[in-house]
Amino acid sequence: MIKVEDVHKSFGEEEILKGITTEFDKGKTNLIIGQSGSGKTVLLKCLLGLFKPEQGRIYYEDKAIQDMDDEEQRKLREEIGMLFQGGALFDSMNIEENVMFPLRMFTKQKKADMLERVNEVLKRVNLENVNKKFPAEISGGMQKRVSIARAIVNKPKFLFCDEPNSGLDPKTATLIDTLIQEITHEYDITTVVVTHDMNSVMEIGEKVVLLKNGKLVWQGTNQEIFKTDNEDVTNFVYSSDLFKKIRDVQLKEG
Amino acid sequence: MKYLQDIGSYFLMLKRVFGSFTKTSVLRHLIFKEINDLIISSLGIVAFISFFVGGVVAIQTALNMDNPLIPKSLIGFATRQSVVLEFAPTFISIIMAGKVGSFITSSIGSMRVTEQIDALEVMGINSLNYLVFPKIVALMFYPFVIVFSMFLGIMGGWVAGVYGGFASSSDFIAGLQEDFIPYHLFYAFFKTFVFSFILATVPSWQGYYMKGGALEVGKASTNSFVWTSVLIIAANYIITQLLLSA
Repeated sequence: MIKVEDVHKSFGEEEILKGITTEFDKGKTNLIIGQSGSGKTVLLKCLLGLFKPEQGRIYYEDKAIQDMDDEEQRKLREEIGMLFQGGALFDSMNIEENVMFPLRMFTKQKKADMLERVNEVLKRVNLENVNKKFPAEISGGMQKRVSIARAIVNKPKFLFCDEPNSGLDPKTATLIDTLIQEITHEYDITTVVVTHDMNSVMEIGEKVVLLKNGKLVWQGTNQEIFKTDNEDVTNFVYSSDLFKKIRDVQLKEG
Repeated sequence: MKYLQDIGSYFLMLKRVFGSFTKTSVLRHLIFKEINDLIISSLGIVAFISFFVGGVVAIQTALNMDNPLIPKSLIGFATRQSVVLEFAPTFISIIMAGKVGSFITSSIGSMRVTEQIDALEVMGINSLNYLVFPKIVALMFYPFVIVFSMFLGIMGGWVAGVYGGFASSSDFIAGLQEDFIPYHLFYAFFKTFVFSFILATVPSWQGYYMKGGALEVGKASTNSFVWTSVLIIAANYIITQLLLSA
């Protein structure tokens, strides 16, 4: 579980996060949604420790990241898996080396054991026979799956995903969403996904947090999002006609 | 003000490069890769330029000797002094600022743009140590490139001087041995070490702290060449003043 308490973050005079308080539950896919510029990515970077909030605390299980010394923070990061928007695979390494990278850095396993684990996670993300290919030689969807494999290879406790569906066709996007949710349940990890894709909210939003202008304006499940009268939610969700129609149907059905 | 900030951030970068080391086995692999990318792959262009510039120095010297009282051995002497004191350490370093410096900036800059550096940081890896330290170690082998350049520069001068009919082989070799001061080699290699550090760190700083997209990677590479060259020339002047004019 990750607990966020009254987090404030500014860049110069501009306050980006204005007192965010929430919890991200273990074993669930927690979604941070909001329009561009609402502070989603800044919150994610604060959670990852890449940005230091001026005020407030972020707890990983029971310990605040602000109270951890460098060594504790380094150990915490070994327990974090991250799926970046563009995949962030290392160009100079082939797929096998990319996925093996966290194992090489943080474990003392023999190469054969590492290779076995790499093949296991690649199989888990439905990728086989790509070990010797380089990132530039595979599709965007495959790169995302390799990135997921790299994120989970060292059995993390926390998984963060930044816009996992950007640049993907709807079918592949759904596939990635489903994979993230399956892995969350399978490994019983705390997953935090930053997105503005309503399909993702519908597919995997077990807990949804809506940010607007740096403030948390609503939180609930993907089922509750269609029933709430919160104006900010309706403005965000029903900016598309498709979702307006879905809401009408849902309200008729009670 | 921005220049002061940049200088500060350069020294803070150096502090982080030497802190929180990457796993030794990984680092060893990275160092060998950098030696290949930065040193071995530069030998071809260094050999080509050194040989022909050495030849040109010999020909220019010979063509400017219109007084019959000046001994032909001066061609060898002038070639040696030019190549050992300035051409090999300084001129080759400027060329390396273009070749190796741009390569370092664009490779680190591309990693910044595509979030690969963020990926390293999120994993708890000191990205500066992982990316820059192996380059500094690899460029400690740069003096070998300069030895290679000196040898081929003088060889080029000998070929041009002897086969161009400007001097006999014995005159040229006598010139090479004339008034040889071993301290000049110390001077040449001392500044080579300083240049190698500039070559590894300034382009790395340009790439690591760049902001933006692919276009900015190109701009950063250009800036990298300009600033690395400026610093090499400035350091050359200061070192020469300190070591040779005393």
